[in-house]
Amino acid sequence: MLKKPATVHGPGATAVISLRNVCRRYGERAAVDDLSLTIGAGEFFSLLGPSGCGKTTTLRLIAGFERPQSGRILMQGHDLTEAPPHRRPVNLVFQNYALFPHLSVWDNVAFGPRSLRLDPAEIRRRVGEVLEMVQLSELARRRPHQLSGGQQQRVALARALVNAPAALLLDEPLAALDPDLRRTMRSELKRIQREVGITFLLVTHDREEALSLSDRLAVLQGGRLEQVGSPRDLYERPRSAVVASFLGSANLLPDPAGGGVRLLRPERLRLSAEPPDAGERGVRARVRELAFQGSTVEVRLHAANDLPLVAIDTSAALPENLSVGEELWCRWNPADSHPLEGAIA
Amino acid sequence: MSVLPASARVEPPVTPTSPQRDRRHGGRSQRPSSHGPRSHGPRWPWLLLAPGLLWLLVLYLLPLLSLVPLSLSEPVSRFGLETVFRGRLANYQEVLQAYGPILLRSFAYAALATGLGVVLAYPLAWTIRFRGGRWQPLLMGLVVLPSLTSFLVRAIAWTSLLADQGPLLQLLRSLGLIAPLEALGVLHDGRLLNTATAVILGLTTNLLPFLVLPLVVAMQRIDPVLLEAADDLHAGALRRFTQVVWPLSRPGLAAGILLSLIPAAGDVVNPRFLGGPNNQMIANSIDNLLLVQLQAPRAAALTLVLMALISVAVLLQLRRGLEELPLP
Repeated sequence: MLKKPATVHGPGATAVISLRNVCRRYGERAAVDDLSLTIGAGEFFSLLGPSGCGKTTTLRLIAGFERPQSGRILMQGHDLTEAPPHRRPVNLVFQNYALFPHLSVWDNVAFGPRSLRLDPAEIRRRVGEVLEMVQLSELARRRPHQLSGGQQQRVALARALVNAPAALLLDEPLAALDPDLRRTMRSELKRIQREVGITFLLVTHDREEALSLSDRLAVLQGGRLEQVGSPRDLYERPRSAVVASFLGSANLLPDPAGGGVRLLRPERLRLSAEPPDAGERGVRARVRELAFQGSTVEVRLHAANDLPLVAIDTSAALPENLSVGEELWCRWNPADSHPLEGAIA
Repeated sequence: MSVLPASARVEPPVTPTSPQRDRRHGGRSQRPSSHGPRSHGPRWPWLLLAPGLLWLLVLYLLPLLSLVPLSLSEPVSRFGLETVFRGRLANYQEVLQAYGPILLRSFAYAALATGLGVVLAYPLAWTIRFRGGRWQPLLMGLVVLPSLTSFLVRAIAWTSLLADQGPLLQLLRSLGLIAPLEALGVLHDGRLLNTATAVILGLTTNLLPFLVLPLVVAMQRIDPVLLEAADDLHAGALRRFTQVVWPLSRPGLAAGILLSLIPAAGDVVNPRFLGGPNNQMIANSIDNLLLVQLQAPRAAALTLVLMALISVAVLLQLRRGLEELPLP
């Protein structure tokens, strides 16, 4: 497949990967259930969901390690549903990197280009270039076990990118790193993606990661696609309570207009001693818990009829001397709340 | 492809781990040494070595050393085993002259049997490791199963299998393979019995488990995700084997070759039952020298020569094997 031209012109030319009604079952259980998805050229796309939601299976289906029982997988317009992994124009950054322990950093990175039997001079050029990009040129002769976790992560990234794939697949690439390093690598990932312009498909259960990195993201639940959209779209206008709660803390309020539920994000909730103004809505609630988080404070409250509420605000905006047990008004603008499908889970 | 402009920079590496010393030392010694002096802890655990060392000293080293004076002696008469020490170095010269070709033949047979064993063992070990799943212990048991019968019994059983009217030759006849195999030197006068082929087949059967088991163990240390990674990096099945499975299983192979080459080179049973007069191996010569010719000093000299050759092979192999031991 790599022998074919790297770009396909004509209809659908911008779809790098498209899944059409893909199903993957293990026995009775459907890991991926009728999933259709189109990922465009140059996109940073994330698959987000709790463990067991089918996101890793989806990635493995795209990489070619799994075959769907039904549905088609297209890449750059070619049907590659049955193609083995080594014939697909995508490369995977494995969760635990899967670096070859017996090969130096250089040889690890050169593995793909050598498999593709590129010209030796071209291999040298490419490997040198990616190692430069991930700042590992100095360590090219080291073995993987002589590197730190962050350095191994870069080798894994370089080893995949050097093949100039149509899409780079990343399986929880930051999960094994400690939090500080994770933040650094997160911004590096984004920068590298912008620089190389390759489609990145990231699988993660970390919503902050997905929200901060992605151009678009898909939320999966039980093997089914819940919703696809931009991070902001999904955060502010989730279709369901599942998506709403998965993307951040959420107040699920009964809809006064009917039996439905409305979403109100905690940062849209204002706490004050004064009752709501005209045009605002509000409930009385008792403070149950205060969690100081630096720039913000998270306040958990209990309203009448046991409705739990959560508010997040800057310390300065909160009433002074707010303490647990205090009763006050929770106020919000009705326009800030968003209707959800279905009832409270 | 200019997907990777050099301007795409990342932050400097966060934690440089190992010092620069690997630049000074050559490739292999980069690994942190694990046999540096250990001054921690009490000394008494060394005593745990004592029983084994004592055993080897009394039952192996002393008898072996007693062969040295014997090898320099002379028989008192042609009709008994009594000897007298004469410092006769000529024993060595004589056995080397008389048995040099048979020594060579022994190592050639052992090498051929080991080579054939490796060819058989690799696919077997690979399948057990990567396709065996929960049957893995059972499959490994099956590999060992033949070793549970006496090797003597096995060799004798082979004589009927390889007999002139035996099933193997009949099969070859019905396939019309007699002439081509004869041309290749596999058969001799249309026979399998009393040929080098039979001896090598017998040796291979004996050593196969000693090759398969270390290989399976070595392959168990290969994370299957490495094969997925190679597949993802556009390597087909052959390249996945040559670039990942082979290099990472080589320590197991080194161990397996040691475990099979040594007993094979000194084998006495297979040549006696399966080989003809021209296929006897060095252990048969030692046997013959001692028990038929009653030449105990020459038998001792030949034994020590064989031991020395095997020890050299072992030391060479051990050095290579240690160098190839996988990473800590």
